[in-house]
Amino acid sequence: MIVDKDVVLNIAELAQLQIEDDEVDHYVDSLGRILQLVEEMQSVDTQGVEPVSNPLDGIQRLREDRVTEEDQRELFLANAPESEQGLFLVPRVVE
Amino acid sequence: MIHEQSIREILNSLDKKEYSCRELVDHFIARASDANASLNAFITDTYETARNEADHMDTLRSNGTAPSLAGIPIAHKDIFCTRGVKTTAGSLMLDNFVAPYSATVVEKLSAAGTISIGKTNMDEFAMGSSNENSHYGPVKNPWSEKVVPGGSSGGSAAAVAARLCVAATGTDTGGSIRQPASMCGITGIKPTYGRISRWGMIAYASSLDQAGPMTKSAEDAAILLNIMAGYDEKDSTSAEQPVPDYTKCLNEPLKGLKLGFCKEYFGDGLDPKIEIAIQTALRQFEAQGAEIIEISLPSSKHAIPAYYVIAPAEASANLSTI
Amino acid sequence: MSRADWEVVIGLEIHTQLKTKSKIFSGSSTAFGAEPNVQASAVDLGLPGVLPVVNKEVYKKAVTFGLAVGADINRRSVFDRKNYFYPDSPKGYQITQLDLPIVENGQVTVELPSGGTKTINLTRAHLEEDAGKSLHENFHNQTGIDLNRAGTPLLEIVSEPEMYSSEEAVAYARYIHQLVTYLGVSDGEMSQGSLRCDANVSIRPVGTVELGTRTETKNVNSFKFLEQAIEYEIERQIQVLESGQTVRQETRLYDSDKGETRPMRSKETATDYRYFPEPDLLPVEIDDAYIEAIRREMPELSGAKSERFVTQYQLSQADAFSLAGNIPLADYFEEVVRSGRDAKLANNWIRVELLAQLNKDNISIENSPVTADQLGAIISKITDKSISGKIAKTVFEALWKGETNSADEYIEKQGLTQVSDSSSLAPLIDKIISENPKQAEQFRAGKTKLMGFFVGQVMKETQGKANPQQVNEILNEKLG
Repeated sequence: MIVDKDVVLNIAELAQLQIEDDEVDHYVDSLGRILQLVEEMQSVDTQGVEPVSNPLDGIQRLREDRVTEEDQRELFLANAPESEQGLFLVPRVVE
Repeated sequence: MIHEQSIREILNSLDKKEYSCRELVDHFIARASDANASLNAFITDTYETARNEADHMDTLRSNGTAPSLAGIPIAHKDIFCTRGVKTTAGSLMLDNFVAPYSATVVEKLSAAGTISIGKTNMDEFAMGSSNENSHYGPVKNPWSEKVVPGGSSGGSAAAVAARLCVAATGTDTGGSIRQPASMCGITGIKPTYGRISRWGMIAYASSLDQAGPMTKSAEDAAILLNIMAGYDEKDSTSAEQPVPDYTKCLNEPLKGLKLGFCKEYFGDGLDPKIEIAIQTALRQFEAQGAEIIEISLPSSKHAIPAYYVIAPAEASANLSTI
Repeated sequence: MSRADWEVVIGLEIHTQLKTKSKIFSGSSTAFGAEPNVQASAVDLGLPGVLPVVNKEVYKKAVTFGLAVGADINRRSVFDRKNYFYPDSPKGYQITQLDLPIVENGQVTVELPSGGTKTINLTRAHLEEDAGKSLHENFHNQTGIDLNRAGTPLLEIVSEPEMYSSEEAVAYARYIHQLVTYLGVSDGEMSQGSLRCDANVSIRPVGTVELGTRTETKNVNSFKFLEQAIEYEIERQIQVLESGQTVRQETRLYDSDKGETRPMRSKETATDYRYFPEPDLLPVEIDDAYIEAIRREMPELSGAKSERFVTQYQLSQADAFSLAGNIPLADYFEEVVRSGRDAKLANNWIRVELLAQLNKDNISIENSPVTADQLGAIISKITDKSISGKIAKTVFEALWKGETNSADEYIEKQGLTQVSDSSSLAPLIDKIISENPKQAEQFRAGKTKLMGFFVGQVMKETQGKANPQQVNEILNEKLG
C-alpha cells in the first residue's frame, strides 16, 4: 500500500481529525515511514508461530454477574460540557 | 537534610519524632513551590489536601495505627486518575477533567499512608521522550536547564531528582520511566507487564503500558513496588501472582548471580559514551561477584517495527475514548 | 422482467440482549426503563483509565444458545476492538469478537406459515456490547445521550445468506426469538429492544449463482417491520436493476412510519472498522466440563420434545414437530393434556381452533384469552360426551370473548349439557315420529337417508344438546 494524499485524507476522516492542506505532505511522509515498518514486519517469517492476542500467557478471569455499581450520575455529569435532564448533550447527529 | 533521606530513614525519623508528618510534608511543599516555576515539574498541586492528610497521619502515628508508609510525600504522574483532582495526561483535551475515581495505584499508595503533593507534568498522553510535548509546557532537567529531563514521565523524574518529593509514580510504554530516570539520575523501574494494575491509568498502548516507581534509590523503589504490585480484579491483565518482598534481596551478595548481556543492543547507533557507562557498570557487577554472560535475542531487530505497529494502533483506539 | 424473474437472497444478523443482572464489562444494572444515565458507570461511559472485566453469565448464555443450535463452541475465544465514531458509543470503539467468536456454525429448522420447513445454517454467534441511545428531540439542535444501555451484553447471531423470501426470514427470526426466550438466554422483550435484526438483502436473476450486491438494513425491531423492510428492499432493488442502474452496497435504515428504507448517511464513508485484539482482555478459555455442566442444565430442546410428543402422546411426526418447534405452544399443549386428556383432540383444537383465532386477532399464545386450563376443561367435556363438538365451539367462543371464565360453569348455566339420557330422549322421539307419520313410513319402507331429517328434528327440539349417537340408536330402535 502506498500512502498518498487521498489515503491520508481518508484516514483523517475515519479518525474524525481535521488536517490542514499544508500538513498533508508531512503526514504522507510520516505515515509512509510507519508503513515501511509494517512492511519490515511482514517480511518476517512467522510460519509455525502461533498468533499472540495478549502479552500475558494468561486466561481471562470472569466476573460474577452481580450489580456492584451505584448511581453516580451527578458526579459523572459534572465533567460533561453540557447536560440536561440527566442526559449528556452533544452536537446534533442526524440519521 | 530531610529531603536527602531515604524512605527508611524518614520513617525512622518520624518514629523517633524528630519531625512530624506535617513538618515533613511542609518541607517538601516549600521546596516544590519554590522550584516549580523554573522546573515546571507539576501540573497541579494538592498542597492543601496533603497538609490535611499529614495532620491525619500524625494522629494515626500517635495512636499507633499508622500504615507502613504513613506520611511519605510523593507525587503522581498526571496520567493516574485521582478522585476529585484534575487529571490531564498533559493534554488540553482533559484540561477540565476532574477524575471521578482513583487509580488502583493511587488507592494503594494512599492506603499505605503516602501523601501526594501534586500531579506531575508529562508528554501529552505519554507520547514523547523529552517532555517537550506537554500542553502545560516543557519540564526542565534539574541538573541543567539546557538538557531535557526525558519523558514521558519527565515531571516525576525531575521532581524526584530535585528532591521536591520523596518518590513519584511513572508509567512506561516504550521507555517512559527508564529513560527520564536515567536522564535525571534517579532510579526507575518498568516492572513486568501485569505486575501493577492499570485501572485508572490513562491508556496509551494498553498491551505495553505499565506503571512503576521513580525514586532516589533501589531500596526506595523496592519499598514502593511492594505497595504498587499485585493482582487487581478491576484489571483483567494484571497477573495473579504473589508479590514477593522486593526489599529482601537488596543486600544479598551478587556472587552466583548471572547477568545476561544482550549483544544485539550494542553496535551500530550506540553512543560510545553510553557504551562506556554500561561497560563500567558491568565491570562493577563483575567485581561484586556477578557473572556476565553474553546472550543473543535475534528477534530484537523487530522490536522497533513491532512497537510502531502495536503502539499507534492501540493508541488510536484509546485516544478515541478521550 | 417481473418479480418472478428475480431470486431473493437474505441473511440475518440478530442482536439479542442477554438476560443478565449486570453488564458485559461492568457491574452496572441492565434493568430496563431506569432514569437516563443512572445505570452508566465509569466503564460504561468509557472514562479515561477504565478497564473492562467480562461477566461470567454472558458466557453461560452464549454457550447455552450454541448448544441449542448444535453449534461448535470455541474452547478459546478472543475479544476485539471495532473502531467507529458515534456519540452513543462512548469509547469510540465497540468490544466484540471477530476471529475467534464463542459460537461457530450451527443449524435450525423452522416451520413456514405457508407449509413445509426450512433449514438455515448459522455462521456464528459472538458476544459484544450494546451502545447507548441518542435522543434527538427537544434539545435545541443538540442530541441527548443516555448511556444506560451502553454495555448491555449482546449475542449477535449471524445466519448464512440462504433465506429466499421474507417469509423464510421472518419465520427464522421468530424461531430465534422463541428459542432465546425459552432458553432464558434473553428476556425476548421486543418492545424493549431485546431483539433487533439487521437484514442483508440482495437479488439475482433466477438461475444465476453469483450473489448480487447486498444492502444491510439495520436495527429492525419487530417481525412485521422486518417483513416490510425486506419486501421494500426487494422491490427497490428490482426497480434499480431493471432501470439499468446498480445496487449500491450500503447500510440502510427502515423508517416504519413511511414504510421504506433509506441510506444511513453517516456510514457511507466510514466502513473501515480497523479491528484489532482487545488489549484490555485476555483470551477466554472454557473446557469440556464447563460445557457439559451447561448442557445438563438446559431445558428440553425442540428435537427431543418432538420425539417425545410422538411416543408419549401418539401424535403424528408432523404435528409433533409443529408443536415442539413453537415452545410456548408446546408448553400450552402439555398444560392442556395434563391429567391424561385426549392428546390428539387437544392437538386438533389447539392447531385448528385456537391458532386460527390467535392469528386472526394477532395475539401470541402466551396471551391467549383462552387459557390452557379452560381449553382442557372443554376437551374433558367433549371426551366424556357431556358436550358435542359443535357445542364445544360455542363454549370456546364464550371463553374467547370473556363471557365466562369457566367452561364447566358456562355449560351448566346455559344448559348445554348433551341429553344422553334415553328416558328423556325417548318420549321426545316418540312425539317427533308421531308428528311426522309420512316420513316415518317412508323410512320404514327403506328410505334410510331420512334418518338425517329425524336427527335434525331432535336437535332442533333440544337446541343441539342431544347426544347424536344416542339419538341415532333410539331412532333406529323406534323406526326399526
